[in-house]
Amino acid sequence: MKFLKNLVRQREFTIVAVIFTICVVMSFASPIFLTFGNIKALLMGIATSGIICVSMCILMVSGGIDMSVGSVMGFSAVITGMLIKASCPIVVSILAGLLVGTGIGLLNGFIVCKVGISAFITTLAGLNMYRGLTYVVTHGFHQSDLGAKFNAIGQSTLFGIQLPVYYCIILVIIGDILLRRSRFFRQSYYVGSNPAAARVSGINTDLVLMFNYALTGFSAALAGIIYASRSGSASVTAGSGMEVKVITAVIIGGASMSGGEGSVIGAFFGAFLTGLIMNVLTLLSIDVNWQQFVVGATLLIAVMIDTLNNKRRMNQSRKQSRRARID
Amino acid sequence: MGHVLETRGITKNFTGTKALDDVSIYVEPGEVHGIVGENGAGKSTLMKILSGIYRKDSGEIFLNGKQVEFNNPNEAIQSGIGIVHQEVSIVPNLSVAENIFANRQPVNALGLINRKQMNQDTMALLEEFGARDIDPGGQVRFLTIAQQQVLEILKAMSCNPSVLILDEPTSSLTDNESEALFASIRRLKEKGTSFIYISHHLDEIFKICDSISILKDGRFVCRADVKDIDQPFIVRNMVGREITDEYGSGQKQRTAGEVIFEARQLGRVSEFAKVDFKLRKSEIVGVFGLVGAGRTELASSFVGLTQPETGELYFEGKPVKIRSMKQAISMGMAYVSEDRKNSGLFLKKTIRDNIVANKLKKIAKGPFISKKTGDRMAEDAIDRYSVACSSKEQLAGDLSGGNQQKILVAEWLSDVPRVLIVDEPTKGIDVGSRSQIYGFINDLANQGTAVMMISSDLMEIIGMSDRVVVMKDGFVAGEVAKEDMTEEHILSIATGVNQERGIPS
Repeated sequence: MKFLKNLVRQREFTIVAVIFTICVVMSFASPIFLTFGNIKALLMGIATSGIICVSMCILMVSGGIDMSVGSVMGFSAVITGMLIKASCPIVVSILAGLLVGTGIGLLNGFIVCKVGISAFITTLAGLNMYRGLTYVVTHGFHQSDLGAKFNAIGQSTLFGIQLPVYYCIILVIIGDILLRRSRFFRQSYYVGSNPAAARVSGINTDLVLMFNYALTGFSAALAGIIYASRSGSASVTAGSGMEVKVITAVIIGGASMSGGEGSVIGAFFGAFLTGLIMNVLTLLSIDVNWQQFVVGATLLIAVMIDTLNNKRRMNQSRKQSRRARID
Repeated sequence: MGHVLETRGITKNFTGTKALDDVSIYVEPGEVHGIVGENGAGKSTLMKILSGIYRKDSGEIFLNGKQVEFNNPNEAIQSGIGIVHQEVSIVPNLSVAENIFANRQPVNALGLINRKQMNQDTMALLEEFGARDIDPGGQVRFLTIAQQQVLEILKAMSCNPSVLILDEPTSSLTDNESEALFASIRRLKEKGTSFIYISHHLDEIFKICDSISILKDGRFVCRADVKDIDQPFIVRNMVGREITDEYGSGQKQRTAGEVIFEARQLGRVSEFAKVDFKLRKSEIVGVFGLVGAGRTELASSFVGLTQPETGELYFEGKPVKIRSMKQAISMGMAYVSEDRKNSGLFLKKTIRDNIVANKLKKIAKGPFISKKTGDRMAEDAIDRYSVACSSKEQLAGDLSGGNQQKILVAEWLSDVPRVLIVDEPTKGIDVGSRSQIYGFINDLANQGTAVMMISSDLMEIIGMSDRVVVMKDGFVAGEVAKEDMTEEHILSIATGVNQERGIPS
């Protein structure tokens, strides 16, 4: 009973309930909704952002934020693309792309922790800088014709579903277990919630934060390379707007801008819910322009429900403690 | 030598000021060693050096006879120095167990956190401390402040330190909880743990400490066994003068005038109910109650921070609705909050900016703020309240707790308000500054201000108040006139031990 009660209280549970309701309603409203083709498209649509959600969630739990993920995605992908076109081995090209992403993440972390510039400003600058660099190194040209071998990474299928969906799900599961159960990743909650307390508990807060920024850079690069492989071309505009998408999903999933809360699985459900809403609106042939509005409204409602719930529980626990004293 | 912990010639400078100057103290195995001194005497700085938060400029630290160097808190914890900080440093979104075992969670063979083991270990700790009402798996943000304080202590104890530093551990505990803490300290002492105990409550020092070291202005004054000394000895050595009439009862020249502020049947769900309350001109009304009795909540609704849901407020006989703090200020009310960190001070602003924060209108020339007037006000306040600081441009957050409190008091008491509400005005303040603050409150009351003084310190309530209102569980449980004020009487009303005596006729 207590277990059930705790389960229902979880933010993740609410989102799954909403997702489930939408699915049930849609299965009646649209004959296409439950087809394999539509589900595949839905999953594929969130695979890229889902990969970044994992690390962004961990970063935001530790009190950080990264606005530059979309640009890092594009920049790392064109680096990999250009190296492949310069006939570098595919593995080396990919590693180089990942290294660039991780390096940028580490630099972001260094500036935030050691120089002391706010995370939002640092990575907002990064958003512009790395998108700019993408254009500089490519002179504005997409890097296409990357070869069948490279394209196989994003285009091969397993049981009829493209590989990026599996990548995303595997990363979400690993990420969720790590953030929940591993001592190192768990530190993020202490760092994000109360950095001073974390420090006196013997946690190296700078190390945790810098690691999380590097991880976010790494996964942005990973997502960029997978995206390039899937579309057969490293586009200079790839990933633009990704930061907003990812941060929205992570917050819908239960994280907050002030850190200390959230879970990877929640962030994934957040991404899934936004993808689902897009899909539903398309299927119901509602004007495309409404999509962005609905996603924004979803974000606001999710946060509002949470805030109100917490206030209510705070009141309850206060009443309980008063009653306990009277007894 | 056999000292568990010894410091030799510790010195620490902060941008120009000497916070610690050649301080040498030692702690014997299995003893509780008190450190006493005024605010800014260097107690907290010394503790932060011992726990690896600050680095000393010079001097040596010996732990169990071996010289040690701490570069970070972790190294201090590893070597066996635990600390319970004055400010509660919990992580609200995590469970009780995870707060206690921060960064030391038990792990299974795969290196993953073993929650079951962690909760069991927590349960054992909670039982040992006698805090069975706390659920190891519950989120910490739903605990009361006192429970959170208990958590802090358990966290430090769970590392099995050879020396445990307690910095004002009872500041938010009830008497029962304090007794439970003392019992635990004695138990651990028998097992060989040594303690450093910092407190402004000298009675606690006599209750729990075996020996003390006195600090003054960053220097070591003397060490003494508690059984050889008395309270005046401590005060003399830490203040450098005798304090005789602490509450300034000699300077009382006032008789209560007409009612200026009144609450009738005031109520707010789950906070307080049916409260009748009167404040008269030139009168200090003490409001006493245990933690959670609804005192702060009541005060908040007086000054417009929250809105009462039932009942009425009257100001000078006329019914009023106070919708905001701004309105309350314009009516001539002043409020010194209990929680100086969150709702009192702007920690990232300078002393000057804090002092003028609530009187920007007054120091403005047209639309612009006059820097000169503000500077003068700040300098006056620093002078008048003898705030220990490097200049008026120092950040409020860099001051010691007691000096922060003085800034807060200075911010609000610079005028003669018609109604003054002070909530725990001397929390964490040393004896010397405390009697100063009492003096200022007395002055205002003599000049006609109606004062409501919320406090958990019974001696302070009795010493200062002309009348005491006792609250319990959100209700006014009784009222005590000056001549009936004894500790037992007020406490019995607050705890409800002796109901029939508590209800006023």
